[in-house]
Amino acid sequence: MADIVLDGVSKRFDDGYEAVKDMDLEIKDGEFVILVGPSGCGKSTALRMIAGLEDITEGELRIGGDVVNQYAPKDRDVAMVFQNYALYPHMTVRENMAFPLKLGEVPKEEINPKVEDAAKILDLEQHLDRKPANLSGGQRQRVAMGRAIVRDPKAFLMDEPLSNLDAKLRVQMRTEVARLQKDLSTTTVYVTHDQTEAMTLGDRVAVMRSGVLQQVDTPAELYQRPRNLFVAGFIGSPAMNFMPAKLEGATVKLPFGDVRLTDEQRRALGDRDGDVIAGARPEAFEDAALVGEGRERGQTFKAKVDLVESMGSELYVYFPIESERLESKDLDELAADSGAADVPGSDVNQVVARLDPASKVQRGEEAEIWLDTTTVLFFDPQSGERLGAEQR
Amino acid sequence: MKRGTREYTLWSIGLFVILAASLIPVIWIASLSLKAPATIGEGGFFPTEWTFDNYESLFKGGLDSPLLRPLINSIVIALIATTIAIVLASFTAYAIARLEFPGKLLILGGALAIAMFPPISTVGPLFDMWRNLGLYDTYAGLIIPYLTFALPLAIYTLVAFFREIPFDLEEAAQVDGATPLQAFRKVIVPLAAPGMFTAAILVFIFCWNDFVFAISLTSSDASRTVPAALAFFTGESQFTAPTGNIAAAATLVTIPIIIFVLIFQRRIVAGLTAGAVKG
Amino acid sequence: MTGAAEPAASEAASPEPAPKVSDRTRSERRLAWMLCAPAVIAMLLVTAYPIGYALVLSLQEVDLRFPDEGGFVGFENYATVLSSDLWWQGLFNTLFITVVSVAIELVLGMIIALVMYRAIFGRALVRTSVLIPYGIVTVVAAFAWFFAFDPTSGFVNQLPFVADDKAWFGDRWSAMSVIIAAEVWKTTPFIALLLLAGLTTIDEGLYEAAKVDGANAWQRFWRITLPLMKPAILVALLFRTLDAFRVFDSIFVMTGGGQDTESVSIIGYNQLISRVNLGLGSAVSVLIFVLVLLIAFIYVRGFGTAIPGRERGAN
Repeated sequence: MADIVLDGVSKRFDDGYEAVKDMDLEIKDGEFVILVGPSGCGKSTALRMIAGLEDITEGELRIGGDVVNQYAPKDRDVAMVFQNYALYPHMTVRENMAFPLKLGEVPKEEINPKVEDAAKILDLEQHLDRKPANLSGGQRQRVAMGRAIVRDPKAFLMDEPLSNLDAKLRVQMRTEVARLQKDLSTTTVYVTHDQTEAMTLGDRVAVMRSGVLQQVDTPAELYQRPRNLFVAGFIGSPAMNFMPAKLEGATVKLPFGDVRLTDEQRRALGDRDGDVIAGARPEAFEDAALVGEGRERGQTFKAKVDLVESMGSELYVYFPIESERLESKDLDELAADSGAADVPGSDVNQVVARLDPASKVQRGEEAEIWLDTTTVLFFDPQSGERLGAEQR
Repeated sequence: MKRGTREYTLWSIGLFVILAASLIPVIWIASLSLKAPATIGEGGFFPTEWTFDNYESLFKGGLDSPLLRPLINSIVIALIATTIAIVLASFTAYAIARLEFPGKLLILGGALAIAMFPPISTVGPLFDMWRNLGLYDTYAGLIIPYLTFALPLAIYTLVAFFREIPFDLEEAAQVDGATPLQAFRKVIVPLAAPGMFTAAILVFIFCWNDFVFAISLTSSDASRTVPAALAFFTGESQFTAPTGNIAAAATLVTIPIIIFVLIFQRRIVAGLTAGAVKG
Repeated sequence: MTGAAEPAASEAASPEPAPKVSDRTRSERRLAWMLCAPAVIAMLLVTAYPIGYALVLSLQEVDLRFPDEGGFVGFENYATVLSSDLWWQGLFNTLFITVVSVAIELVLGMIIALVMYRAIFGRALVRTSVLIPYGIVTVVAAFAWFFAFDPTSGFVNQLPFVADDKAWFGDRWSAMSVIIAAEVWKTTPFIALLLLAGLTTIDEGLYEAAKVDGANAWQRFWRITLPLMKPAILVALLFRTLDAFRVFDSIFVMTGGGQDTESVSIIGYNQLISRVNLGLGSAVSVLIFVLVLLIAFIYVRGFGTAIPGRERGAN
């Protein structure tokens, strides 16, 4: 077990493409860190550099204090779980799991107990003598995990290990992975593009975009205090709603009307005035009829409801807002990544609100909606930085 | 289900015609080989008198017999050429399928061009060179030119097979603690073995089939292969045509091909079309 | 002291800033070239060298029957070849056999591929049986067809509607027909299998969509199957055209080049090996080689045939 330190690590490919730019990341011994970001953001390249499958162009990588830039994968003592599991098709489950031990010249009599132990943990005992081709997707995934844990390596590296499973199994395996990591407390770096997976699994989450690390924080911190528009929009489902706003002293003009800022909000904004981008999470909205105490913290307004989706435990309500379209590179990129850019009508500003299922809001009707304005975040329209983020 | 039965009949007829067209010439040569020498002139598809005389006379006289030496020559030469080609080609194919390096396309394109060379273009110089080097009418004198078509064929087939082995497996092996050589030996080779075997069958068939080099670069039974020997068969006496003997020898060398095809047809088809048709 | 990733060694020895090509890339390239070297050198030795030697021979007078004569004669051998009627007749024969047999093979091959693709039963059986002609030694196939058409031993003349005493190999065109028939029988399976592989890459859903859109079977073939199979068809044509152009074995066995049926390869063989006139024969060899290059060039440039194996070069 060991810590992993990326110190100004960059990766430039032969064609000049820079996949990872000057990345600094400290992963503590036993920590579970998630690398998350849209496809092509460099998260897999970063992981493969840690594994030694990809050269480091610049910077230093230390595992357990040793600089390992020039080490071959086999000399780094890390284990990796691949997206498609990379099980050796010509070996049985037992041979697959024993393979790293045999290569590590572990004495023969120690290999079998270790494999059996790992198989027991992962509930694979009855499959040990089968070939990967005869296993289900979930079983294969567990074999890949088994091959990693059997050697007790310095670190686990996982490259989207659950993305090939169907939705239900994925949730199940997610808890399994979390439990396993807690039990073994082995340093783990886990790559995913699924922000839900990132939020539920990691001690800390590192959000990447176009090769640049955006923010590294605990899931709660990322959610409540995103550093910029990109992180705010990427984390959370449904995504945060963004709308144009104008700061004028102690008030802010939102599309729903003018709102008075709290002292705390105003203090965080410094002496900033003028056009900004406001962000409100879907759960910051509520059906005005259902808001009891705390009503004074927010603003009530009327909106014509476009669509109501009932999830049973909550309602998603969509309504348009009167405002020009926001121009922001970050938002365009987020839209492109989620595929929203391809949906017709995506240029209309639409807000999604998560309401209590008791709400009687109907599609096509005018509804009274309440917004908790104390949770609204403000961003610089040019840089995308959250205003007040640096004062943390 | 009127349409169904009509379709069924149509495809059945199609299948039958294809089967008949492919097999009749083969059955014919086998049937010819079983005719008594005296009855060959009668014509007719099937023998009126069945006999194995034609086969017997092929092997009369042991090593001096018309067929035994050429048969041994053919087998040994094709086997050696195949082995050399597969070993050399598997290095190259592995590099092309797995590694990034400049010159990759040049090698592939060059191999294809060489595979397309008409053998007659090189046979003249080889004839002259082999006479000077003492390779004329030797095994080596045939094995070397066979590499011209064997190497490209093997490279193409093997590249296609190697590319089908997931790249991840090798990386997984490296992370699991294998050196590149161990990764190659313990992961790639076992997975590539069926492909290498298929390539070997194809290369063997091509070597077995060669005629131009075989008649140009040999002059005696010391190294003459079966196709060349067939063309130079003479009758028992100068008044009898060697038809029966040729038919018998032809049938004999066809039997291994039929066995190969029966056992490995799936693989041979995969090997033939590998690389050629994709995208 | 090669580029193997030995931590200790490389850590000590990297004083200057990281070069553009990393150590790992460089050692990967070195390994690749080392792996390719034996086969590449072997291919060059067995082809490039003899071709170059043929070029040299073709510019000299080299006749092994008269070893004392000889010397540099420039393009005289080419002039002799190109001004002889024999060469042009051989070239015509070769092109005729190539065009006719490849055309027939393409049509037959397509039909066989379609039958195999749609086969309700017996697909493996048909595949096995068509592989037999392909696997058979060309000389053996040629003998089978020769004996079948031979007036004394053959059964063809006993078939109805065929004259009992038809001398198939006594006339140029009937001899050519048998030669072409043997070629077609032997190599149609190759085309059929390539086309079948091309057929199986077409998404079955496209046919269903076209059916729903109202296309009949013929339209589906013309509008969907053929356009989508263009790459497979072109590759099959390229291979087979170049292969047919070197036709030798069948002609050698059936007529030996008699009755004006010689191909360019037969002419080359006769000059080189039978008459041991290496100078003149090498001129023929070089001309054949140039013609093959020309055909390949026309296919690749004119029809846009992709070189097989190239499309996946960049992972």
